[in-house]
Amino acid sequence: MDQHEQVFQTISQSSKWKKILHQVRYAIFHDVSGFLGFLILSVILILTLIAPVVFPLDTVSNVGAILQPPSSQHLLGTDHLGRDIWAQIANGGKDLLIMAIITATLGIFLGVMLGAFSAIVGGKLDEVLLLLADVWLSIPRLPLLVVLSAFITLNSMIFAVLLAILSWAGLYRTIRSEVLSLKERAFIEVSFMQNLSTSHIVFKEIAPNLIGFIAINYTLLMKAAIYAQVGLVFLGILPLEQNWGVMINQAWTQGVIYSPDSILYILAPTIMICLLIVSLVWIGKSLEDVFNPSLRK
Amino acid sequence: MKINNTVLFIIKRLLKMLFTIWVVTTIIFFLIRLMPSNPVDRYVEEQMVQYGLSAEEARAKASFLFSMDLDKSMLEQYITYLGQVIRLDFGDSLLSPGVPVMAIIAERLPWTLFTVGFGLLLSFIIGISAGAILAYRRDKWYEPVVSGIASFLSSIPDFLIAIFLLILFGVVAWGGGNPILPIELLRGNYSMDVTPGFNFAFIKDAIMHGFLPIMTYTVSQVGIWVLLMKGSTISTLSADYVTLAKVRGIKPRRILSAYVGRNALLPISTEFAMRLGFIIGGSLIIEQLFVYQGIGLELLKATSGQDYPLMQGIFLIMTIAIVISSFLAEIFYAVLDPRIKAKEGN
Repeated sequence: MDQHEQVFQTISQSSKWKKILHQVRYAIFHDVSGFLGFLILSVILILTLIAPVVFPLDTVSNVGAILQPPSSQHLLGTDHLGRDIWAQIANGGKDLLIMAIITATLGIFLGVMLGAFSAIVGGKLDEVLLLLADVWLSIPRLPLLVVLSAFITLNSMIFAVLLAILSWAGLYRTIRSEVLSLKERAFIEVSFMQNLSTSHIVFKEIAPNLIGFIAINYTLLMKAAIYAQVGLVFLGILPLEQNWGVMINQAWTQGVIYSPDSILYILAPTIMICLLIVSLVWIGKSLEDVFNPSLRK
Repeated sequence: MKINNTVLFIIKRLLKMLFTIWVVTTIIFFLIRLMPSNPVDRYVEEQMVQYGLSAEEARAKASFLFSMDLDKSMLEQYITYLGQVIRLDFGDSLLSPGVPVMAIIAERLPWTLFTVGFGLLLSFIIGISAGAILAYRRDKWYEPVVSGIASFLSSIPDFLIAIFLLILFGVVAWGGGNPILPIELLRGNYSMDVTPGFNFAFIKDAIMHGFLPIMTYTVSQVGIWVLLMKGSTISTLSADYVTLAKVRGIKPRRILSAYVGRNALLPISTEFAMRLGFIIGGSLIIEQLFVYQGIGLELLKATSGQDYPLMQGIFLIMTIAIVISSFLAEIFYAVLDPRIKAKEGN
């Protein structure tokens, strides 16, 4: 590599980073809801990271302090076994987040592979995949998971993978149409004309243009994963571990809802899940503004 | 030529609908009959081990229970099964022997349709009115506030909204008195002391019992209608024919109803049918929360009680509901907007 090329490379690298930095700044600060989304998610992430050390869970039950209202000792009161609710809230996001990340990563991977493949190859295969996706989309997801639970013993890990596989169709359809419209664009047409290899076109030309699209769908998929996980935990179909959905389930089965004093036991995890989901949706919308300039006001 | 295109379009969609139902039916058959440790084999084994029946007796009993002839080949069983599904005959429930699955579904489904339909309709009416107003008043202070609330409501899960509503109406004692609704008395579909039928007491009671589920569906759906209608109206407002109507001096009220409203509503109305199907699938958790005796709660009961005929019947009915409503939505849209047909026709 000679001198000039190196200089040229450095400049383009630095301007690339500048561009990314600029985009990140724009995503976070360009409107109120997007900013709130990033803020809420950061707070939840920080809380999740420090919780095991700063707010350890009560491992033993305390019969003397069952379902107490908030006090200075127990910020949010205690549950039906006398354990501190705040500690459970602080520690309850980790599993949900990990599960959602697994589902979203796997699901996106599947969707991009199938979608890009189908759009580029085209022909009969594309038609068959599209028909299958249509059929798949009309199968109700939640009832299917409930019915499947009668045949398979679910745990969080199996469930995360299963959910990613089940959500292939929606992503496949959106990514396929995105790749199709990219294919029409001049720079892709030129690379086809230059006879570049398919893998080069997919990974060097098309993939970089899908990054924004992938980021947006990643947040949406995480949202869907959290919805499904919490829903199935509430229905008692997933095993009880330590997360906000389980807290709702416990509070519900303990009849907490009928005692106004300890209503925080059910209200606190409900609010946390709402905040997490809303922050994901708002981040997704804000990312959409960044990568889809035509939608900017 | 025009009619030809429409008929072709409808036939294509109809075939797709039947194909979907066939795929789902096949998946169910596969799960029940062919999976390792499937319910039929498990049942036969259980009968042999626990009750000491001979293999033949156990198989005969299972055949009767699952209405499948286990002595025939797998292909024959599959064909018989398809024939039964076409006649909507899912056999008898395992948990309540002697009661056909279809009878249970016929009893439960109307209640789910009632609450889901009522809630969806209410949210649709409120949502599109608010959305249209917001599109007109984009300069007012309340526009970002209402839009923010709408986007918030449309993103939180419906069952969390249900919990909030339950706390708001059924638990918190406003001003020290009793909660607004006596939720303990509102379980089930209607009270014991009213006679079902077309009388005022029954209708009032049914609405009271369905109030919280209906509210839940309304609140969880209203946000999406507001956002959709706002977006759709804004894009219609900038259309040439609206500008022309203004130039011609047509009264704003008439422009709103005849020019903007109708065209903005078109793309949204198809969403309505689509959603109806999907919310029926999502009614599981809501009905469990409010102990509302609809099809969703029945599916949960069937699953926990391992009542396979009932489970497959309900799941198939739910899928059929979704498939039919998306079919209707597509037809409806194609009839209203000829461009779709033109694109699909070739």
